[in-house]
Amino acid sequence: MIKKINFTVNGKKRELEINAGETLLEIIRKRLHLTGTKEGCGVGECGACTVLIDGTAINSCLYLGVWADGREIVTVEGLAKDGELSKVQKAFISEGAVQCGFCTPGFVITASALQSRGHSLTDIEVKEELAGHFCRCTGYQNIIKAVKKSLENETAGTGGDHT
Amino acid sequence: MASGIIGASLPRLDAMAKVTGKAKYTGDYFLADMLVGKILRSPYAHARVINIETSEAEALPGVEAVLTHENVPGNIYATAGHPHSLDPERGDVADKTILTSKARFVGDEIAAVVAVDEITAARALKLIKVEYEMLEALLSTEAALREGAPLVHDERGSNIAGSAGYHVGDIDSVMQQADFIFSDEFETGIVQHCALENHVSYAYIDEDERIVIVSSTQIPHIARRIVGQALGLPWGRIRIIKPYVGGGFGGKQDVCLEPLNAAMTMAVGGRPVKLELTREEYMIGTRTRHSVKLKLKTAVSNEGKLLAIQVDAVSNTGAYASHGHSVMLAGGSKFKYLYNFDAIRYMPRTVYTNLPVAGAMRAYGSPQIAFALESHLDNIAVKLDIDPVELRLKNFNRVGYKDPNTGNQILSCGVRECVERGKELIDWDKKRQSFKEKNERGSHKKRGLGMACFSYGTGTYPAGLEVAGARIILNQDGSVQLQIGATEIGQGSDTVFAQMAAETMGIPMGMVNVVSTQDTDISPFDTGSYASRQTYITGMAIRKAAGEVKNKILEFARRISDLPADCLEIADANIILKDSGSIIMPVAAVALQSYYDRQNSEPITADISNNARVNAISFGTTFVEVEVDIKTGQIEIIEIFNVHDSGKIINRQLAEGQVHGAVSMALGYALSEELLFDNKTGKPLNNNLLDYKLPTILDTPVIGLDFIETFEPTGPYGNKALGEPPTISPAPAIRNAVFDATGVAINRIPIRPQLAFEKFKAAGLLEGGDQVVPD
Repeated sequence: MIKKINFTVNGKKRELEINAGETLLEIIRKRLHLTGTKEGCGVGECGACTVLIDGTAINSCLYLGVWADGREIVTVEGLAKDGELSKVQKAFISEGAVQCGFCTPGFVITASALQSRGHSLTDIEVKEELAGHFCRCTGYQNIIKAVKKSLENETAGTGGDHT
Repeated sequence: MASGIIGASLPRLDAMAKVTGKAKYTGDYFLADMLVGKILRSPYAHARVINIETSEAEALPGVEAVLTHENVPGNIYATAGHPHSLDPERGDVADKTILTSKARFVGDEIAAVVAVDEITAARALKLIKVEYEMLEALLSTEAALREGAPLVHDERGSNIAGSAGYHVGDIDSVMQQADFIFSDEFETGIVQHCALENHVSYAYIDEDERIVIVSSTQIPHIARRIVGQALGLPWGRIRIIKPYVGGGFGGKQDVCLEPLNAAMTMAVGGRPVKLELTREEYMIGTRTRHSVKLKLKTAVSNEGKLLAIQVDAVSNTGAYASHGHSVMLAGGSKFKYLYNFDAIRYMPRTVYTNLPVAGAMRAYGSPQIAFALESHLDNIAVKLDIDPVELRLKNFNRVGYKDPNTGNQILSCGVRECVERGKELIDWDKKRQSFKEKNERGSHKKRGLGMACFSYGTGTYPAGLEVAGARIILNQDGSVQLQIGATEIGQGSDTVFAQMAAETMGIPMGMVNVVSTQDTDISPFDTGSYASRQTYITGMAIRKAAGEVKNKILEFARRISDLPADCLEIADANIILKDSGSIIMPVAAVALQSYYDRQNSEPITADISNNARVNAISFGTTFVEVEVDIKTGQIEIIEIFNVHDSGKIINRQLAEGQVHGAVSMALGYALSEELLFDNKTGKPLNNNLLDYKLPTILDTPVIGLDFIETFEPTGPYGNKALGEPPTISPAPAIRNAVFDATGVAINRIPIRPQLAFEKFKAAGLLEGGDQVVPD
């Protein structure tokens, strides 16, 4: 069954005809070729495919494309503005949170959602928020540092720089 | 070497591309007209294929080809990512065909489909009818070694894939004269690499009729040769390209997909075909870490001097040899450097079974051996009433120790300093005492301290060939292109290579462009990423190439300035006078003239192959504090520290990242991870990330670490192995901490709560015995 959807991806309005069974991940990767969003398992275990849907970090492999109709999607390609990296992206680089980089887009997206809430978190809160993401390279150590750094100086209500 | 680039925590070259999503991995490439390949895997652990009926699948619209053992090349080849051996007697075991007529494990590759999309390919797989003749499934090494057991590979004549070992000294006489003999048995579980990127490749035939394979591989040059062997084609007709790789850990030091992917494109007239494994396929259909059962027998003197050791090991390599017995030989050859035994008898056997194929995985046999040896030493320490640290300090080797079997020598050794630092970081002496007192008060939560040590090699010499290439091209603007055949797979090698080239040439790191993608048509020959070899072997090639380019720049500067080259130096991308430091001209000026000077034009390049005949020994230790809940079997890591002597650290932040990741992998190895199989059918029970129990962020404690920076004279910049070593000692250290906390010696990993609980119960630690159940 073919369905037409209208949605916004990284600030750009898109209109697509998709199969009703297609996941948002398939649409992002295979139709839009936004390959920064990765597939590590396809069943919601690893978090590599996380994107922002109306500001909420969601596994795009578990989200049907038809549900994205009318929504605003942000992928890792949409975080930097005018060539300037977001605070989260900068922190991932400076804290050494990147190794093979396959899990990185997912972590960066979830961290961006956290940052947009505009307040800092304790270590355990950071861990709980990121618990849906696997990383096999870093032992999570520098990812936690990067996320904490990107939340530094955040106070309630300031909003993030990812949207 | 005064620029300070070596040793600095410089950010990764590829970090920007990776945080923005620009970094392209194999699966991120979509070619026009690209088809999808899928594999039909055996549902049975051991069965002969009697008949395959493919006509229904072939008739399905959208199916372009159906492949079986009958229509793909039947050459038998070895898959292990090792250099080719000129001596056929020493090569890897060849026991694999592209598709098989005999299923040797649940997941073995019986047939394959190429179709227009994934759904069509999946439907076609279901239409292939395979008739099997069932054979007895050999699901343990005991079953495979039993007299009269069926053979996993008929043509090999035995289920033993390898049994070579070694000996040092006269062990029988040392054992006879010893004050004490201690014996223990250990077992390690099957674990899997679980790189976040599944194995993936795509292949097509180019306009020159050459087969091009883009693959997530650690070993492009080796993959080319193996594809050539598997297809029976000249190696030069194969081209392998390696883009960004999403983690390897040894699993991609093997040729799992490429030959079949090549056969797929050949079957469809050269159209591009992508072969991308699902997570569930990756976890059983590629490689695992060998499960090993070990029996150790050690002779010790009254004073705690280790005199002799006998190691009897049985390793389960699964259905195909892959790296096979090399893993046991490597693991068994590396602990010699740590402790000074007068006599050693090492008796490993590597056994085929009907389980998924074990191959290379981070530290290649050493985690299994170290788990047994380091646990055994703590058992001995308790029996002799010696502090485990003291027992080790009494027996460590020193600089000058020569491997009696190979003559390879320790030239730098900081193991004592590592142990002293580890003791200090965890506050060993004070905590040991206070925990003893607290634990005796009888709470069900007990604290314990443990430690373990390791030694490890850098590269594979003298067992294997060590060769690495580096090519440097000076661009017109004074920047350089650095080409290497060594592969960046996430560990950070490209970044440290750029540091090395910049340091030696006297230019800022920003002027070094590393060509990160390996392409066997273009990249210098290098065997690839394994054995923690690249910063050491490839690093030396880069140092030599950068030195040559520097000399050529200075020589060119002499020609155009008439100043003698030996008065000149390069610093901060300028040619300067050595003595005064005054600037003669920028490197960029020399570079431009080297291209366009009408009389002297000679663009500057260097192309080096470094054949290394050295092997530097890395050392290190883990110290850990655990809290054990006797009632539930839960083991919590309170503090953990790894301290490493990896020689000079080239990039502190990246080095720390290697330790973090390797320790985290070892925590899974020690406490939670294990691939499980139905013990009657051999069907995998938990080949997904959830049930497998890969450590999550919530399971992972703060990982403490430090480096003892010795200077390794054979290393290009004083450096030696780091990538794999930190994954060796955490598991035995944790086991020893549990032993310290509870007095219960658990000799199997992973120590999951159920195993711990059963052991505590059997040891009578649970008041009320049978009535106490966890939670």
